[in-house]
Amino acid sequence: MLLLQIDTALILEKVILISVILMGSLGIAMYATWGERKVAAIMQDRIGPNRAGPLGLLQPLADGVKLFFKEEIIPDRSTRLIFILGPCLAMLTALMTSAVVPWAPDLVTDSGRTITFQVADINIGILFVFGVVSLGVYGIMLGGWASNNKFSLLSSIRAASQAISYELAMGISLIALLMMTGSLSLRDIVQQQHGFWADGYFTWNVFKQPLGFIIFLTCAFAELNRAPFDLPECESELNMGYHLEYSSMKLGFYLFAEYINLFISSTIIITLFFGGYNFPFMDQVAGAVSPLLFSIICILVLISKAVGMVLFFMFIRWTLPRFRYDQLMKLGWRSLIPLALVNMLVTGAAILFVFKGK
Amino acid sequence: MDIYDKLFWLLSAITVGCALGVILSRNPVNSVLFLVMTFMCISGHYILMNAQFLWIVNLIVYAGAIMVLFLFVIMLMNLNSDVEPQKGQLVQLAGVISGGVLFLVLLAAVKTAVPVGIDKQSLDIGLIENLGKTLFKDYVLPFEISSVLFLSAMIGAVVIGKKDDSAITNETVQ
Repeated sequence: MLLLQIDTALILEKVILISVILMGSLGIAMYATWGERKVAAIMQDRIGPNRAGPLGLLQPLADGVKLFFKEEIIPDRSTRLIFILGPCLAMLTALMTSAVVPWAPDLVTDSGRTITFQVADINIGILFVFGVVSLGVYGIMLGGWASNNKFSLLSSIRAASQAISYELAMGISLIALLMMTGSLSLRDIVQQQHGFWADGYFTWNVFKQPLGFIIFLTCAFAELNRAPFDLPECESELNMGYHLEYSSMKLGFYLFAEYINLFISSTIIITLFFGGYNFPFMDQVAGAVSPLLFSIICILVLISKAVGMVLFFMFIRWTLPRFRYDQLMKLGWRSLIPLALVNMLVTGAAILFVFKGK
Repeated sequence: MDIYDKLFWLLSAITVGCALGVILSRNPVNSVLFLVMTFMCISGHYILMNAQFLWIVNLIVYAGAIMVLFLFVIMLMNLNSDVEPQKGQLVQLAGVISGGVLFLVLLAAVKTAVPVGIDKQSLDIGLIENLGKTLFKDYVLPFEISSVLFLSAMIGAVVIGKKDDSAITNETVQ
């Protein structure tokens, strides 16, 4: 069968790439927890974690060790299997999304072999992300339900209805972008944003779809259950949220999956709207350095952009107060979806009449 | 038997197993989870035919949206064997007979069907370009009519779900 032509070198290459990406996203997620505390501390005029290691840099490790050694409690009246399945699903879906992100342009080695820095270039890349995100709801819903606790159930229902509502506006805002790129593959979308300036205009999509970007970003906040839309974890109403009954590393998985999601969705936003690994004057840099070094520069550019995005998410968390639940739903259904529809219509009309279907 | 056939049989076995799990499990939440698994395996079959778009749309729409709503309702009603009314013997018998008859009809339809088979040489038949062209060129009228049908169903659902006017005015007064 033609679909399954793979050789050992390819398998090896992909295995290495996948391991590096997994380790990388776990490491970044670990330090995102540290970053969140430091950002909170700075914004509230505190010092933040400073005991474990210099600047508190070993704090994430200490937290991990603490979670591992905590007593594992599974409530008596819970549905045991699903209770365990919940955090596993949350972690699994969080890690799966990174498969379609292009981390750097193709590298051609001296022996003529092309190495792609992307686990899978499927031609529906962005829809894959949507699919995995929509499956991510199961982790939260099942965990909340299986705990057999009213607060957990309420919180998981909030999380799920929030995710479903905002997925619509997110999808519609993305359609406007996809009409311009004409491709669903993240690889194509990034390649179209090559450099920074071409033909008298910016190449990055954020300058072509500013409204779409704002809608997408707002929906990303809601999908990630982050403040100001962190209703599922609203302490004053629901204690802790859907992971109320969890302890030890299962709780750790839920918390950790959230930070992995944060990093990966920042990467996706950067890839879609801020040119991915592209940076100004990249052609000149590519001519000046060796191909391998250029790939490493591209990866670093993408990661630093993504970290910038993560920091933005954190700044917002400590800036805006939490919405009320009906306000959240009203914003999603009555403002964002009509706005996204208008954006889509305007984009379609512009492509048809102004750019003549170019 | 090449790797394609092996994958096909493996996926089919899991699909049938999960489908049996849907009807055999006592807990409705487990049933929903088995159904999600079944949809995922069916999506796997789309992958085998290189129909990537159908694969992901099947996942998003069925596993990601419709089954989440199912789970929603089941969780809220909190069904379990204690509160669920048990059906009488006669009703169970009627169910078995009607289900069996339906199965027989399906079997008869499949038996006389001519297998078309997929053309293993044309691998791009399920990709989004071809699907879009087919949908918006050859079948544009049925496609648009069905979308109008969906719209009317949506409006109907909104009208039915809407509270009556007096309740709304009370809410706004408060």
